[in-house]
Parts: sequence; structure tokens; C-alpha cells
Amino acid sequence: MATYTISENKSPQLNWREALPTIFAIAYVLVVFTLLRSLSRTDLWFPTYSAILFPMFVFSPFIIFALKIPLELRAVLIAIIGLVLMPILGMQDSFYLELITQIAIFAAMAIGLNVVVGFAGLLDLGYVAFFAVGAYLWGIFTSNANTIVRATGAQAAPEMFWLFLFLGVIAAAITGILLGLPVLRLRGDYLAIVTLGFGEIIRILVSNLSNISSNRRNPINITNGAQGLPGIVSPPLPDFAFQAVEGLTNALGLPVNNVRAFTYQLFYYGLVLLVCGLAALIAARLDNSPIGRAWTAIREDEVAAQAMGVPKVKMKLLAFAMGASFAGAMGVIFAARNTFVSPESFSFIQSIFILAIVIVGGMGSIRGAILGAVIVTLLNLQVLKNFSLQINALKNIDWVVPILNFPIRDWPQQLEPARYERFVFGLLLIIMMIFRPSGVWPAKRRQMELQEAMGKEEIPEKEIEADVVVIKPEDLLSQEPKEKP
Amino acid sequence: MTAISDLAKLTPRDLFNNVGDWVLQYVLKPIGQILLFVVIAGSSISLLALVVGFVLQTDWHGIDILRVPARINLFEQVVRQLPNMFLDGITIGFVYAVIALGYTMVYGVLKFINFAHSEIFMMGAVIGYEVMVRLRDGQLLTTLPPLLVIVLMIAAAMVICGGVAVIVERVAYKPLRGAPRLVPLISAIGVSFFLTDFVRGFQALNRNIFNMPYLTDQIPFLTQRIVLAEGLSTTNTTFIIILSAVIMLVGLNYFVNATKIGKGIRAVSQDQATASLMGINVNLMITITFMVGGALGGAAGVLYGLKTTNVTPYIGFIPGLKAFTAAVLGGIGNITGAMLGGLLLGMLEAFFSALLPYFPALGLGYSDIFAFAVLILVLLFRPTGLLGKKVDEKV
Repeated sequence: MATYTISENKSPQLNWREALPTIFAIAYVLVVFTLLRSLSRTDLWFPTYSAILFPMFVFSPFIIFALKIPLELRAVLIAIIGLVLMPILGMQDSFYLELITQIAIFAAMAIGLNVVVGFAGLLDLGYVAFFAVGAYLWGIFTSNANTIVRATGAQAAPEMFWLFLFLGVIAAAITGILLGLPVLRLRGDYLAIVTLGFGEIIRILVSNLSNISSNRRNPINITNGAQGLPGIVSPPLPDFAFQAVEGLTNALGLPVNNVRAFTYQLFYYGLVLLVCGLAALIAARLDNSPIGRAWTAIREDEVAAQAMGVPKVKMKLLAFAMGASFAGAMGVIFAARNTFVSPESFSFIQSIFILAIVIVGGMGSIRGAILGAVIVTLLNLQVLKNFSLQINALKNIDWVVPILNFPIRDWPQQLEPARYERFVFGLLLIIMMIFRPSGVWPAKRRQMELQEAMGKEEIPEKEIEADVVVIKPEDLLSQEPKEKP
Repeated sequence: MTAISDLAKLTPRDLFNNVGDWVLQYVLKPIGQILLFVVIAGSSISLLALVVGFVLQTDWHGIDILRVPARINLFEQVVRQLPNMFLDGITIGFVYAVIALGYTMVYGVLKFINFAHSEIFMMGAVIGYEVMVRLRDGQLLTTLPPLLVIVLMIAAAMVICGGVAVIVERVAYKPLRGAPRLVPLISAIGVSFFLTDFVRGFQALNRNIFNMPYLTDQIPFLTQRIVLAEGLSTTNTTFIIILSAVIMLVGLNYFVNATKIGKGIRAVSQDQATASLMGINVNLMITITFMVGGALGGAAGVLYGLKTTNVTPYIGFIPGLKAFTAAVLGGIGNITGAMLGGLLLGMLEAFFSALLPYFPALGLGYSDIFAFAVLILVLLFRPTGLLGKKVDEKV
């Protein structure tokens, strides 16, 4: 705020030096945006350019957010990036819109997991189970697979999506409480393993609650088994939405092939952003509320918190329920957007993926969770994949790495970057834990805690230098002759 | 260099002059204990199977999913399958017990769940495969005595896995000592993921394979069926697995209870600070714990490979989780408990694998749920495990 003190005066005189960062940031956004617009998919180096430029573009809201200008101005600038520039990019290449939607889905889930892990300190390794609850709720009721719901004609109409969004939140919250009840007494690491077991139980259940299997004659098919549920519907959109999008794309000179599909993409993008923003808002308000402080107290010292009158059971259950509900809502949206769910989307690696987001961003930090979602999701869905694409594209033209003189053709097929996400995430988790356990954008309090625990309290070095007089041996030697005369 | 001189100082000395006493104390007693555990696990689970078979043989009490096809008498089936179930359960139970020891030892010393242990176990299985393939390439697989082949496989797996476990500890856990409990756990998860893909990438580059089927069928000794009784036959592999596991358990028992290093490890697990005041090199003890745990995990990997004969870089997760369950079931941090827990869990798994196919509404797909259900139930009703002691939380 200090930067704009001048603008509060009656004669607004912009201090150019202080406005420079803002100008640079805006210029940065525009340059990156223009460069991204100018990319062509037929270009040989397209995967690399896109893997560099798109993350740069997605990071721009964070750069704007870090500027020292009034919050309203920052909000406007970020809104322009999110609601104007991003859809335009989407019109040019809808893959970008897909990516950003995925990022927002994971960001919302990371915020939810952050409530459980970061705020309340309960490590949940089966978090994806709640996501599965939401996804399967909408999936079972609208899939065209031959499930018990379809057989009995109890299918939900597409219009009921909004109701189910709400029901997904409730169902996931109840599941969270059901998981929380038995594990309340457990300490941190035991809890982690039990939640892991719980997540696996949910996965095994959804892949087995069906009659589709050899030598099985289960009369009831609930989840359609390992085949998954195809043909899940999206909520209906009013006609004027399609017309408006068509008109808009034509007006901008970027007509899309399939207006219907693109409108839905835009719709999900907006919806997911909205839910993500809502989740961030709720989590932030909770963190600063008595509930949030109770969570912190439980996280720091359970026994002491109880002694001070914090209702441990209620607060832990609330943490599980809150965390789960975000994932439940995202599950419903995910099922509708993907039109297909299968048990494979809810495996242990997905839980770890969301955990990695929270860890990278910084436990207990909401802005960190969003930034973590950007970094980890882009790494997984874009950067690694694009490197694979790039290597293949270069192989096709028999490219040779200039200085090393290494023909890219010799790069082994088995080492395709896109297939080594476990390797990358494993390494990421280890490195983060060793060098920056508080995450890239930590919450202040959490950072202090970790430093204290690791015995690395930030000792202001300069002060110490001032207190301690360093006497070197040669000084002593040189001083003596000086004093004599 | 200090580490080596310390090791030399700590060379195990016989505490008993009398060889007979020694054999009784460190060979017969542990074997008796293991036998007792086998009997306990076997009889309790067999009883459970018989009761379930008896209760459900004709009437399914209105619970539809427990309905057995009309022509099958479940009780008869259970009785017929019991010996096989017992043998199967004991075999896999010993493997779980050996893996569980790795979890429990590390937990005892550092109070942290070594999540990467399952991948050390997987590496053991992969190393066993590598040794087999290399022996075959050298035309030695069929010419060497089969037992020597297995000893070579286990030895290689133990050496390499012990080394890997020590490296993992140095790189990923040691810098995190004293951090909040979740920090090393997350690092361990990272190591686990890293190792999975590392092995996959390595084998993809090395041999361009993902599945690594053990070459047991090329050794007639291992596949030859032995009829123990009417309707009960098995292969030498079963006996090899049981024998090697028993040798390792007895050896570990000796190591922990009779040597100076073992004493040091026990001291560190009781109280690190005091142990270090008593002149025990805590870091060395932790390293040795990881080495021994990793070596056992690697050996268990070979045994698991011999039993299932199919190894992939992803096999570690489920057996690792089950072995952890076994460690918790027996009381984590308790070495004897890990053996009992492993045997019980193995028997339980054999029980479910034998019975679930009779229920058409359930099927084998559910067999993995039970390990997790057992884990949750144990932690609910007896978080300290069967043989664990209650530890009060310090305030």
C-alpha cells in the first residue's frame, strides 16, 4: 500500500520509480500472452516453447498478486488475466483451457487437504477417496452403464447437477466423519497409514461392487467395477450461452470447431474457478477463526490443547469433514466434465499427487496450495509430456544436440519423461522435505515452527557479528608492536 | 574409519561358555517360539475357518452376499482345504514376518514408519531375478546345486538392499532427524516413489522388460511336487521359503539379543539421549538398523519372488502395507510381535483367499480389503498391538 500513498493525495502524481514493478509485470503478462498467441502447433519446437511459455503465463497472477499495489487493482488485473486472456488462449488452443481447469480442480482439492494436513496436522494419505465419493455419486446416478440405478429407473436428470453438487459435498463430509471417528485416537503416522488403508478400501470397493467379473453372479451392479462408468452427463446450459460464445469467438476472429464443446469447457473452467475461489475463501476465513486456532492448537500439541479446553473430537471431525467436502464437490464436477470415471482415477498415486501439491506449496498455506497446484499439475500434465513430445519430434528429423554432439535418435525409448512422474514426484518430495520443508510459499507461522523444530531458528547473523568481537591471531601479533611506542 | 574401528570393538563375544546353553538359548528357544506362533496363528485361523464354514454351510442368515451356491457344503470344503490353507498361510506369513521386521526395527529405533521399506523389498525381488538371469546366461542355473542358487540370490539381495537402505537413510532421513514426525514420513513416501520408477527405468534400459518372471521352472528341484498327504501337495519352494525365513528370524534374534551391537540397538530404541551418554554411537546403531532391516527386506523379496514367480517394479506396495499391518498387529517396535503378526496375517490372507471364491457375491477382488480392515480394527481396539506395551505420551 505504501507505494500508492501519493495517489491518495488530491493531485495524483504517479511516482514512476515505485510504479515500475507494476509496469514490468503488466508488460510481462502481455509479452508472454502475445508470444503464446503466436505459437504454432506445426513448429518443430512448439512443445518446448509451450512448456516454457504457458507456465510463465499461469504464474503471472501470482506475480501480480505479489505487487505492492492496492488489492482492488491487483484483483482487477488478475481477473483480466483469468477471465479475458485465458479464454482467448483457450479459443486458440483448447488444451490450455483443459490444463487450467485441471489445475483449478487440483488446487481446490489441495486446499481441502490443506485443511486436514496443514491446519489440523492430520496426515491423510487416502484423500482421493473423498474425491471418489463425489465422482461416483454423480457417476452412478447418471451413467449409461447398466447399474442398479439405471435398472430401477432412479437415474438423475441432468438438471439435478446442482443438487448433486451439494449432495456430493454432504456425502463426502459424512464419509470424512466416518473415517475420522475410528482414527481419532491415533497419532500422526498411524493415522497416515490408516487413511491410506481407507483410501485403498474405497478403491477396492468401487472396483468390486458390480456383477462384471468372471465367475461372479452378484445381482447388484453399483459401480460397474473396474470398467468404470461411461456416459456421465453434464448439466444443461441455456441456448443463449452457446450463441453468446459463438458470437464472441467470431467477433474475436478465433472461431472454434465445436461451439458446444467449447462452451462446456468455458463453463467448467468458470465453475471450477468459482469453486476453487470459494474453497480458498472458506479455508482462509476458517484459518482466522476460533476453529482455525483450535486446529492449530491441536496440531502443535494435542494434550495441551485439550487441557486448555479445545474440543478435540469435534475439531478433528470438523477438519476431516471440511477437507473432504471440497474434494466431494470437485469429484462431482470431475465426473461431469470427464463423462467417465473408473477406479484408476482414484489410486494411491493420486492421493500422493495432491499431497505433493500441499507439500510443494507449503503446509497450512492456502496461496501455497494454489501455487503448488500450478507447479505440480503443470509439471505432470504439461512439462513432462511436452518433453516427450519434443524428443519424439526431434527424433523424427534426426536432430543432433549441438555442443555434446549427441544424436537425439540415441535417446532410449524407455526414458520418456512423461512416464516417469513417480520418479519426478518422489524426488520432488524428498528435495522439498530436506531443503524447504515449509514449501515454496509457506504460511508464516508454519515456517517458524519448522525452523524451530529443526534447530534452524533464523538467527540474525549481523547482530551476532556486532556482539562478538572477532580477534584473529595476526591482529594480536600486529597490535603488540604498535602499543609499545 | 572410526566406524570400522567401532565395529571391531563391538565384535560379538559368546556370553556362554557352555555350547549347550548357547544352542538352547539362541537356537532352540527362538525356534520353539516360532513354532508356538505357527501353532497359535494356524489354530486360531483354522478355528475361525471351521466356525465360518459351519455357520454358513446351510443357512446364510438372510444376508444375501453370504449366500453359498446350493450344491456346495461350505463346511466340507473348509475341512478339505484346511491343510493347504495352513501351508499357504504359513509360507506367505513367514515372508510378511521378515518384511515386518524391517518396519518394526526402524520404528523401534527412530519412531518413524519407513515407507520406503516396501520398495527395498521390491528391489530384493528384482535382484533375485537378475541373479537368476545372469546365472542362466552363464549356463550355471541348472548346473549349480539349486540351494546354492537360492543362497546366491538371497545373499546378493541382502547385500545390495542393505546398502540401498543405508544410502536412503543417509540421504533422505538423516537430514530430517528432529523434524516434526510427518516430515520424514513424507520424505519416505518420496523415496518409495523414486525407487519404484528408478527400478522400472533401470530394468527398462537394462533388459527392456517390465515383468520379471522368476525362472523357477528351469530348476526342476523347485517345481517338483511333493505329496505330503492325501490332497495336500506342495513344492520344495515352500520348504525353502519357510527354512530361510526361520534361519533369518533366529539369526536376527541372536543378533539383537546376544551381540553388543544388538544391545546398542536396543538401548538406542529405548532412549536415544541416554544411550549416547553411555557411549553408544547412535548414528552407527541407526545405520546398522537400516542395514539389517534392508537386508531382511531384500531377502524377503527373493522369497516372495520364489513364491509368486512374477515380479514387477510395482509389487512392493501391497505386501509392504500388509507387512506393516503385521508389524502393527504384533505391536510395532516389538521384534517378536512382528513374527506373530506376520504369521497371523499370512494365515488370515490364506483363509480369505480360500473362502472368498465360495461366495459368488464377493469374489477374490475383496481379499486385499481384509488386511486393511484388520489394520484399522487393531488400531481401534488395541493400538499397541498384540504384544506391544502401552507407551504414555509425554507432555
